[in-house]
Amino acid sequence: MPEVTYISPDGTITTLEARDGDSVMETAVKNGVEGIVAECGGACACATCHVYVDEAYFGVVGEPGDLEDDMLDGAASERLPNSRLSCQIKMRAEFNGLLVRIAPEQV
Amino acid sequence: MGVVIVGAGQAGMQLAVSLREGGFEGDVTIVGQESYLPYQRPPLSKAFLSGDSDFESLEFRTPEFYVGKEITVITGEQVVDAAFDGDSGTATTDAGRVLTFDRLALAPGSTPRKLPLPGAELDGVLYLRDLEDALELKARWADAANVVVIGGGFIGLEVAAAARKAGKTVTVLEALDRLIARAVSPITSEFYRQAHERRGTSVRLGVKLERFVGGDDQVGPRVTGVELAPDADGNVEIIPADIVMVGIGVIARGDLAAKLGLETVNGAIVVNEFAETSDPRVVAAGDAVLLPHPLGGEAQVRLESVQNAVDQAKVAAATLLGKREAYHAVPWFWSDQADLKLQIAGLSTGFDSTVVRGSQDDEHFSVLYYRDGRLIAIDAVNDPSDYMAVRRALGAGANIPAELASDSAVALKTLITAGS
Repeated sequence: MPEVTYISPDGTITTLEARDGDSVMETAVKNGVEGIVAECGGACACATCHVYVDEAYFGVVGEPGDLEDDMLDGAASERLPNSRLSCQIKMRAEFNGLLVRIAPEQV
Repeated sequence: MGVVIVGAGQAGMQLAVSLREGGFEGDVTIVGQESYLPYQRPPLSKAFLSGDSDFESLEFRTPEFYVGKEITVITGEQVVDAAFDGDSGTATTDAGRVLTFDRLALAPGSTPRKLPLPGAELDGVLYLRDLEDALELKARWADAANVVVIGGGFIGLEVAAAARKAGKTVTVLEALDRLIARAVSPITSEFYRQAHERRGTSVRLGVKLERFVGGDDQVGPRVTGVELAPDADGNVEIIPADIVMVGIGVIARGDLAAKLGLETVNGAIVVNEFAETSDPRVVAAGDAVLLPHPLGGEAQVRLESVQNAVDQAKVAAATLLGKREAYHAVPWFWSDQADLKLQIAGLSTGFDSTVVRGSQDDEHFSVLYYRDGRLIAIDAVNDPSDYMAVRRALGAGANIPAELASDSAVALKTLITAGS
């Protein structure tokens, strides 16, 4: 199973094995990683699972879709070029080792 | 010191998690009557039905999470009685288990309103609230060519959209003269009627029903159609149905609250802005609660949404922790139907004017609701930018003047004016 590492706003580092096809958000929330709120449960409806994808992986993970793009504009923390909503990143083998920093404010 | 949480839905789960996040060190026990750990309900009428998600993807947290946080989750049992004796109390489940508590939290949720027509007991007349309902619907999905949905609200329209996407013949029957009448304005209602019709669903408004029609097959009496009340000329119409999905609203499960002597209105548990019931030893959160309008005013509202379950549970947990954090969260909501994403922020009840931005024909628009010149809510269809701008404005107590908002070419977020 592909691994994903989260850096929380307080500096805590958590590495988890993701179920193939589970999103970066789901993997975090189910295991109690703090800082990802994900109120809507992954429907791309709330922009409270904002992460910054490490530069080394941004090319692999790719750009947000149109809807996500608009939602990110309204996210609580500053939007950066590597911003994504983690509910829209589904884990798969080639993302193994993915590193994301959790945005400091979500709501 | 221990807290018993009645109900293992979104609110019950959030209450437990928020108690631990807030440093609560006593016992935390969630009791839920379903046989599953807490899971998400919204996908049941959306991705789950279309086969895009399994149970594991519905679970809020892993089983290990609850163990690690020392949250006890009792599944498959319902709290049927509770009483205080001095400063503590006991809750009794239908399995005879007795739990002691110092403080009680109610998050019992709601149950689908039943349609008491002749033939209501026929096989194939279905409701959708919990996972068992969704599994039953899903099991019959493949063999059902004709789907009739009774009730043109969110659940009904989401199921209708999923059925249509799966190539079924779909009819939506609504008693009122427009869709989603309780939550959106006539502008949005009419858009959804047309949008569903464009996708091949037959939407019938102002419908009066006579009965469910059934026929016998190998397994017994089974629904075969829905009969409408005779028209002015006495003609009777039967709409063929292999399954009928009834989504005509929910009833708050206030039985236990009533037993405790708490104030309820039509079953809904009355709370203040701190999620306290009429007995301050008991807090309540979620669908079953009647709360003061979170953005001010005299009105009391029931909010059947994920947002309310989460935000109110946090307020209730804070109250139990001895903090006073009044509930002022902006209500928000979403509904996915086909490729239409509806996002609502604020409560439009009581609006006196609207501004429409974008294009209904292009299925990309928003309706802004105003009262006395102040923005109070938005319905946004495939328009997350407008939705997020309004959510932010309402959260900040800011306004977006109507005369400026009416220019669709200008981004709403540039128009937010501070304060009141």
